Amino acid sequence: QLPTGLYKKVLVILHDSILPYMNEPTLMIDFLTVAYGIGGAISLLALNGLFILIHQHNLEYPDFYKKLYSLLDPSIYHVKYRGRFFHLADLFLSSSHLPAYLVAAFIKRLSRLALTAPPEALLMIIPFICNLFRRHPACKVLVHRPNGPEDMSEDPYIMEEESPSESRALESSLWEIRSLQNHYHPEVAKAATVLNQSLSEIEDDLSGLLELSAYELFDKEVKKKADDVALEFEQIRGLFGKKNDIFAEHFALD
Amino acid sequence: SNPFEVKVNRQKFDILGRKTKNDVGLPGVSRSKAIKKRNQTLLKEYKEREKSNVFKDRRFGEYNTKISPDEKMIRRFTLERQQNYGKKNIYNLNEDEELTHYGQSLAEIEKLNDIVDSDSDTEERGTLSAELTAAHFGGGGGLLRKKASSEQQEEEEKPKSRKELIEEMIAKSKQEKQERQSQRESALELTEKLDNDWKEIQTLIARKAPKSERKDKAVEKPKPDDYDMIVRELGFEMKAKPSERMKTEEELAKEEQARLQKLEAERLRRMRGIDEQANKKKPSHVSADDLADGFILDKDDRLLLSYKDGKMNIENEVEGEKDEEEEEEGGQEDNEDDEESEEESANEDEEDSAANSHSDLESDLESEEEAARNEEQKKHKTNENKSQSAEELDPKIEAAKAELPYTFAVPESYETFKSLLTGRTIEQQLTILERIQKCNHPSLAAGNKAKLEKVFGFLLEYIGELATLDLPELRTIDKLVLPLYNLCQMFPEAASDSIKFILRDAAHDMEEVIEVKGRATFPGLDTLIYLKITSLLFPTSDFWHPVVTPAFMYMSQLLTKCRVTTLEDVIKGLFVCCLFLEYVSLSRRFVPELINFLLGVLHISLPKNQAQGYAVVHPFRPVGKNLELLLVSDKKDLDSWQKQNLPLSIVTRLKETSTTEMNHIRLSCLALCFDLIKKCAVLYESLPSFHEIMHPIRILLKQHVPVQEYPAQMQEWYHSALKELENKVKHYTPLVCEKKKPVPLKQYTPKIVKVLEFGRKQASSKQEQERKQLIQKHKRELKGAIREIRKDNQFLARMQLSEIMERDAARKRKVKELLGSLATQEGEWKAMKRKKWKN
Repeated sequence: QLPTGLYKKVLVILHDSILPYMNEPTLMIDFLTVAYGIGGAISLLALNGLFILIHQHNLEYPDFYKKLYSLLDPSIYHVKYRGRFFHLADLFLSSSHLPAYLVAAFIKRLSRLALTAPPEALLMIIPFICNLFRRHPACKVLVHRPNGPEDMSEDPYIMEEESPSESRALESSLWEIRSLQNHYHPEVAKAATVLNQSLSEIEDDLSGLLELSAYELFDKEVKKKADDVALEFEQIRGLFGKKNDIFAEHFALD
Repeated sequence: SNPFEVKVNRQKFDILGRKTKNDVGLPGVSRSKAIKKRNQTLLKEYKEREKSNVFKDRRFGEYNTKISPDEKMIRRFTLERQQNYGKKNIYNLNEDEELTHYGQSLAEIEKLNDIVDSDSDTEERGTLSAELTAAHFGGGGGLLRKKASSEQQEEEEKPKSRKELIEEMIAKSKQEKQERQSQRESALELTEKLDNDWKEIQTLIARKAPKSERKDKAVEKPKPDDYDMIVRELGFEMKAKPSERMKTEEELAKEEQARLQKLEAERLRRMRGIDEQANKKKPSHVSADDLADGFILDKDDRLLLSYKDGKMNIENEVEGEKDEEEEEEGGQEDNEDDEESEEESANEDEEDSAANSHSDLESDLESEEEAARNEEQKKHKTNENKSQSAEELDPKIEAAKAELPYTFAVPESYETFKSLLTGRTIEQQLTILERIQKCNHPSLAAGNKAKLEKVFGFLLEYIGELATLDLPELRTIDKLVLPLYNLCQMFPEAASDSIKFILRDAAHDMEEVIEVKGRATFPGLDTLIYLKITSLLFPTSDFWHPVVTPAFMYMSQLLTKCRVTTLEDVIKGLFVCCLFLEYVSLSRRFVPELINFLLGVLHISLPKNQAQGYAVVHPFRPVGKNLELLLVSDKKDLDSWQKQNLPLSIVTRLKETSTTEMNHIRLSCLALCFDLIKKCAVLYESLPSFHEIMHPIRILLKQHVPVQEYPAQMQEWYHSALKELENKVKHYTPLVCEKKKPVPLKQYTPKIVKVLEFGRKQASSKQEQERKQLIQKHKRELKGAIREIRKDNQFLARMQLSEIMERDAARKRKVKELLGSLATQEGEWKAMKRKKWKN
């Protein structure tokens, strides 16, 4: 009922500047439910207000986790409200009473989507997934299945399935994280290799990673001092003069 | 002391160096001491145990807290005064108060003043003068007495009283003392004077002495013989040593191969990121034969300045490259050795590609003669020089070469550096750079290293400037990369720093733009060239590299943050994609941004409202503006399209081109995109989730791309890409964690510690030591206290017993007395009775 820009503005301040001052915050239920149903960034923002209502005002939201699950799409790693969303998602998934299939579905979906994520999001999501494993040891089959079937022609996990219970996530393995171990960013690759070993007991602290920006990451790398700089040893012949240069095939120096 | 009171603790073994504390004891003495002490303390307490008298403190205001101490003192003082007031001097205490100095009463000090100050005559401290002994003690032996008597002879003439004698003696001794003092003072003065004099003279002596010595030596030294000199010279002369034999070509090749293998192995290790610490050792990229003059003889196909039949032989290299291009374009290439014809064909090609180049060429030809002399040459000239025939070029180059000086100082600022290079041909620029390098080689002078390091920065800046021109001089850059590479090999640190600096600037600019506008645009061609140069200078396959990793980050930001709104942006983005592919070509690292971007590029080549089954991510959008950027619907353009290499300069002057050409460029971009997808597929096939990564692209290719409308050549690209995607086997094996090393159980085997010092507690941590000491002390004290208490009790028991015995004895005595008196009484009474009875 509102234009998108206004929706966003309202939802951004809702949880700390509007809800605490209302006599009956439950009046916002309808508004938030509608906003949550819109999808995209607005849904992510509505999550914050909904959380307060659920947490403090006993709102019962049917199929909340199913809805949350369907919210996950490739854009969550790219939007501005990434930090906020994952902070809340961490809260929602912190309960140890959640069924294993649900958490496994979340883990699988998050890591599948991580295949398109930028490095700053990857640095946050990998510890996030590790934390989920720590809270729900039943999900560890995703990274450790000693007596499973040898060869599978297909990933059992069904990405398109809307409901987490039908997604068959528990039968799958986290090949996505294994792929990310080959990521070009050294920190990401290191973080992903953590899942090769059995995890330590202590949870990682996410607070510093949630708001990580690409520029900060770049700055950190640039400021690293190296006492020794390795050099290319292949003698060059020109700008595009390397062996099998891709550029020479497609670009001309004109 | 009494040997019977001494108790000796006999030692069983004598141990050398051990100090024994308790080998001798005096039990009697210590016991009596203890008893005495107990008598004074414990016994007193014991005796007074039933006394109830209390000591009362009647001092004024002693327990009154309301009065401050000062006031208390004053009140007490007044009370005391009042008490004393009536009494007149009889038992007066404190009437004349003592004056003190440093706590000592002045009166006493005054008394001590008369004592002889023994410090003043240090020499005779402790000994008494003869007169003094004589006077006080009546003298020592006979000798002394004689001497004394002789001195006293005259005095004996008129006898003096003892008092007079003593006074005289005192006066004498005082006089002597004064004399001694004055003597000492004068001696001191004299030595000081002597010192000063010596100092004055010393300088004179010091200067003269070595001179005179040298003179002496010169005189003494015999002149060396001619013969001797020859003999010595022969001794020192260099002898011809056997040098290493020249290596054959095979050996050289083998060595080279071994070197390359070693370097490759090192690169692989860095790529895997293992032992990042261990590979700290210097990368030996410089061969053993290298003279470290930046002149690399590794490969023969290097661009070298050489002459052939009196002509410069530079063109070969350039033509080689052109050959390749021509081959790709499908142009006929006749491999004639004749330079002229090749050059001409190259000339023709240039004319084909750049429509406006012909007129430029003409005008430049005319101005060539004056330009050779005139330093203010135009930038076009360098561009066109290449395409000129050799005959025309030769005399000019030779003339210009004659002008080039052979030594160059290193330019201090970028401006001088630029003025040095601008207006020269590429070859001249190269020679200048080479000469700068050689003339200022770090081994020649101390400051040269810093200077040459600067040159690297200047050169980079110059390249950037060339790239930002309206008509980028990419050919020049192509050549200038070589000296850049050489400089980089010489100074890796400086090179990495300057490239890092450029990258940081670029990233910073982008961040600022994002903050202000909320979105970024692709940077200019110079930044792209810098990124390309980075891949030439540094190994891009390392797990972590000080320059390459930030470059990766920057490129990732380019692909995710920059909006794609025009065709230039697409070309730039595809350029960055190529860069990414090149960077990871050896290490096969996974770059999500690359796949995303390629997907986005495919997406914008489709007609609107087709996005189904896949999701594009930032910066592309499923709906909205800037869609259909790469969509070509003109049938004629589609048919007339030929695959062409995208000229880089197009990113700056795209607006000038016609719509047909634009469409052709679009199609070329699409072809490039297909090729990149194919290359990605080859690169990433080993990733476990290859199919998931490529899933959206596959869907898009299979379901949405209008293959039938594309020209045949494009269809070829498309099919090869799709084939590469399809023919990968799907193969999943469940993940298994690496096995953990089992943690060993705790066992009761003794802990074996090396003994460092015998007889001492083993050094543990300081806290542990302190703790042990405390425990020890506590034990000792406890034992001592128990012993004391026991002894006290024994003492008390003894006292009580003796008391009881005393009491008993007294009673016995009294009873005895009583009984005795009674007995006598009885006896007396009986005696009386007997008397009575007798009577």
